[in-house]
Amino acid sequence: MTVAVDKTKCIGCGACVVECPIEALDLIDGLAVVNPQKCNDNGKCVIVCPTNALSLPNQPDQPKQALDPEAGSKFDLKEPLPDTVKDYAQDNQKKAISAQVTPVAGGDVWSGVWVIIEYSNGKVAPVSWELLGEGRKLADSIGCGLCGVITGYQVDSVIPEAFAYGAEKVYVVDHFALKDYRTEPYAEAITSLVTKYQPEIILMGATSMGRDVFPAIATRVQTGLTADCTVLGIDPETKLLQQTRPAFGGNIMATILCRTSRPQMATVRPRVMAMPERVEGREGELIHEEISFDETTIRTKVLEFISSDAKSAFLDKAEIIVAVGLGIAAKRNMVLAEELAEVLGATIAGSRGAVEAGWLTHDQQVGQSGTTVRPKIYIAIGISGAIQHLVGMETSDFIIAINNDPEASILKVANYGIVGDLFQIVPAMTAEFKKRLQHGVAN
Amino acid sequence: MENFDVIVVGGGPAGLSAALSAAQAGMKTVVIERGDYPGTKNVMGGILYTKATDLIVPEFWKEAPLERPIIEQRIAMLSGDESILAGYRDPAWAKEPYNAHSVFRVKFDRWLAQQAEKAGVMIIPETIVENLLYKGDNVVGVRTGRAEGDLGAKVVIIAEGVNNFLAVKAGLAKPLKPESVAVTVKEVIALPKEKIEDRFCLDEGQGATIELYGDSTAGMMGVGFIYTNKESISIGVGAILQPLIRNNWTPNDLLENLKSKPYVKRLLQGGETKEYLSHLIPEGGYTQVPKLHRQGVLVVGDTAMLMNSLNREGSNLAMISGKIAGEVAAQAIKTGDVSDQAMTVYETRLRDSFVLKDLHHYRHMGKFFEENTHLLKVYPKLFSQAVKMYLTADGTPKKQRQKEIIKMAFEKRSKGGLIKDIYGAWRALL
Amino acid sequence: MHFVVCLKQVPDTSEVRIDPITNTLMREGVPSIINPYDAHGLEEAIRLKEKVGGKVTIVSMGPPQAKEALKKAMTFGADRAILLSDRAFGGSDSLATAYILSSAIQKIQETDPIDLVFAGKEAIDGDTAQTGPGIAQRLGFPQLTYAIKIQELTETTVTVERKTESGRQIVQAQLPALITVEKELNDLRYASLPNMMKAAAYEPEVWDVKSLSFDTKKMGLKGSPTSVSRIFAPPGRSGGEIMDGTKDPAATAATVVQKLFQQNIIMVNPLAKGGKS
Repeated sequence: MTVAVDKTKCIGCGACVVECPIEALDLIDGLAVVNPQKCNDNGKCVIVCPTNALSLPNQPDQPKQALDPEAGSKFDLKEPLPDTVKDYAQDNQKKAISAQVTPVAGGDVWSGVWVIIEYSNGKVAPVSWELLGEGRKLADSIGCGLCGVITGYQVDSVIPEAFAYGAEKVYVVDHFALKDYRTEPYAEAITSLVTKYQPEIILMGATSMGRDVFPAIATRVQTGLTADCTVLGIDPETKLLQQTRPAFGGNIMATILCRTSRPQMATVRPRVMAMPERVEGREGELIHEEISFDETTIRTKVLEFISSDAKSAFLDKAEIIVAVGLGIAAKRNMVLAEELAEVLGATIAGSRGAVEAGWLTHDQQVGQSGTTVRPKIYIAIGISGAIQHLVGMETSDFIIAINNDPEASILKVANYGIVGDLFQIVPAMTAEFKKRLQHGVAN
Repeated sequence: MENFDVIVVGGGPAGLSAALSAAQAGMKTVVIERGDYPGTKNVMGGILYTKATDLIVPEFWKEAPLERPIIEQRIAMLSGDESILAGYRDPAWAKEPYNAHSVFRVKFDRWLAQQAEKAGVMIIPETIVENLLYKGDNVVGVRTGRAEGDLGAKVVIIAEGVNNFLAVKAGLAKPLKPESVAVTVKEVIALPKEKIEDRFCLDEGQGATIELYGDSTAGMMGVGFIYTNKESISIGVGAILQPLIRNNWTPNDLLENLKSKPYVKRLLQGGETKEYLSHLIPEGGYTQVPKLHRQGVLVVGDTAMLMNSLNREGSNLAMISGKIAGEVAAQAIKTGDVSDQAMTVYETRLRDSFVLKDLHHYRHMGKFFEENTHLLKVYPKLFSQAVKMYLTADGTPKKQRQKEIIKMAFEKRSKGGLIKDIYGAWRALL
Repeated sequence: MHFVVCLKQVPDTSEVRIDPITNTLMREGVPSIINPYDAHGLEEAIRLKEKVGGKVTIVSMGPPQAKEALKKAMTFGADRAILLSDRAFGGSDSLATAYILSSAIQKIQETDPIDLVFAGKEAIDGDTAQTGPGIAQRLGFPQLTYAIKIQELTETTVTVERKTESGRQIVQAQLPALITVEKELNDLRYASLPNMMKAAAYEPEVWDVKSLSFDTKKMGLKGSPTSVSRIFAPPGRSGGEIMDGTKDPAATAATVVQKLFQQNIIMVNPLAKGGKS
């Protein structure tokens, strides 16, 4: 008898291969394969499989319940033991069990949750503060400290903000070499802090900077990194960081663990975590770290920075978004959306379909391969709501969708879904908004 | 410009078979395919006949990606919620030399393309052939839609499928007409293999087919089909395009109509649609066959309208015509004569084979059904009624029952009409 | 100049679905494509080669079937394609993948010095954007991510326009360097027929774990610090109110707008642009 693999369910994640104590599993062509000669049916792989693709043939319906990891030791204790041995055994049993659940993180030298605060061109990326809020929760679950890391040039104004948003301790590397963002000096600064102070978790926004410098750091310190997380949590037993992110174009969510190395690193999507309360005047410990950079060894230099003022560049920060999909049928109908956006002071965006049709540019695209947005109001006009689009906007505070198909997925995520002809409804809404807002001005 | 002996336009069963046989005869051969790879654009019901395929790749069943060997073929005549069933089953068909297999065209054609590549055929995907290249009146190659896209050849084999643009441009075929083209829609519905085997009374790994007539196409000329795959069922309908347009039906309406029939519904129950495919097929038939050759050109497969719609045979005719074309091309090139005269060997050999013989045999069929549209509306109901009356046990003496049946039949169709229909059918089909 | 392009064969994610009932990934019948961002990296490498001369080498890691992607990539006009394929590579996360690819690039470099390495900004099946930077760090090359334009290429430097949230950064790096690219960088070519034929006749080189002096502890599942512990369907958002706007569109529109004001979702703001008539 041997563990059976349901090939339709196996996603080739390899969790079973790692888990198997006797190396009876292998990953072949992206699927788990059991070596029947080695397999001893211990069922560890069955428990760990995220998709229930593995089963022991004699108990296919309830593998998880049937295999209590402690069952073996409990069974042993049912045997009558001499008194002297009994105490020893019980002692040992505790040890054995606690060894199983000993936090890999938290107990080691690696301790503390760090948030890298992104500061460039005189501005802090708001996601940094969102992460201090999230970091607080993580640090509390583990029972460790929360620290902010500020790297840049002339960053003094940022330090009190970091305390205000909840950092207990702030590490600062302030150097001219860090004036403009460049991978090499930033990676070097943060890496040297990490190796010196050994945090167990470090977080940064999944911005172009975070997604550039974090992989560089992860490679330098040889640890795991999970990009673009949307949910973070702490496993209550192991204290491991549970890093959840969309995968396969947002069609599935995957929770990823970094079991074997430290620190655990994650970048987090902007505007997914809540902004924490800012407490003016809060103080904490400040550590200035002196790092000397040799400019001659840095092989990149920034020649110029052209800041972009196009509204679409700030799509992820827009308060109100009017988004169009293929339902508007032609470029000339964009005027419907534009009029509505004009009245509301909204930013125009759209689905991948609208971008591919040439009605919008790529940086106006909302969704998996475009921008993730979280406006206060998202008005979806003629967007059916493919999953790739939904993952990019469903955390909006309030969603209004107009679609002629009552089965359209977008209606399922909308606070208000209107089934009907957008060519009639949108102009009517525009007129109604105009009337009321003008009325407001008149008052 | 690079020169080949043989250029095959189109990587379907006909084109790949042609390329394979030409390459095996030592010809430098290239296949130009418009899809991502051979098979991507190909759709068919999903039955591959063993005999014809065996001629192309001997003992293909040992390696090719096949679904199930077909051991049972059922015929169902649907009338409303009622159905009349007939069938033939032979467990010997589960073993060599087999009769037919269910296949997925995409997988199978890809495999067939690999066999061709092994034989030395070059396959160029994602490329459209725009025209033939001429030198004087002689065809000397093709022009593709790519930069520096001319290729030289001694013989061009047109295997572009039902959309016969190139054959039309070459003056060999006429543009398609709605009455000579059928549309096939097909869904692949996933089901666990145990369920499939239970529902179709099959041993492990065996397959069955059902052809559905009558209300399966809502009285329009066509046929429904159900094939068992390893872990799915293919269900589809083929119908002539013109009546569809006239009745304002979409192909999908046809399929939904079939799926809603009680007999069919039960077979599909609990399954989940994995794929939806739609494709034109030539209605084909002897009278539709275009000019099959000219100097330096041969026409094969669907482009040549080689389709026996009564027996739903298309891919085997395609493969055999391809094989013959490849051999004829090689022979002509070797003798240095690719004139129209030399190419007539292709047509002669087709006539000697079952390909044109079968089509010739059924040459009146299309016209017969076209001219007698009532057949598909009246008879399913009539037969169904007759069988029902015969089988219903209500104490009526059988002799009286037979009289009633005949009376009912004459009410639905006059005596003269019945005789005319039977004579017509006999002429068309036998 | 010698350009190396890192390329991944990926499932076309627009066709991947999760089965809502069994909660598993439906992968059957999903076509494989060249990761679109990588294709733009390849296009740029070919364009530079056409401009300054040199050669383009493609490197990919994947199962034997990924040969198809490499053959297709060759149609762009590349000179050499290498597939890193071995069971020992299976299950690698981005850290391990970067290790394997960088080891291969180092081996290429031994006989054929490299000036520029291109990669897509991310792969559409993982969206991690980690492998490119990981390779750069291991090779000790400067990394230039999210490139939307190559401004200048000299014998010793490359100048790139990078896209960031707040604007465009013009960065110059010393060669050899690694660039990860956005789609805006260029438009993909439609290969010429001679290149199609060259690619059809080309057989990619396959390197396995024995071809390179690998540290097998750094690859595959054992060399990957991260592992997947759970997969699930994205959480659905609970539905709100659905209104039928087919009968009286204007009235329905007015009702919705009214509700928005009543619930203070939109507030009358004297500064709102809509105030002007």
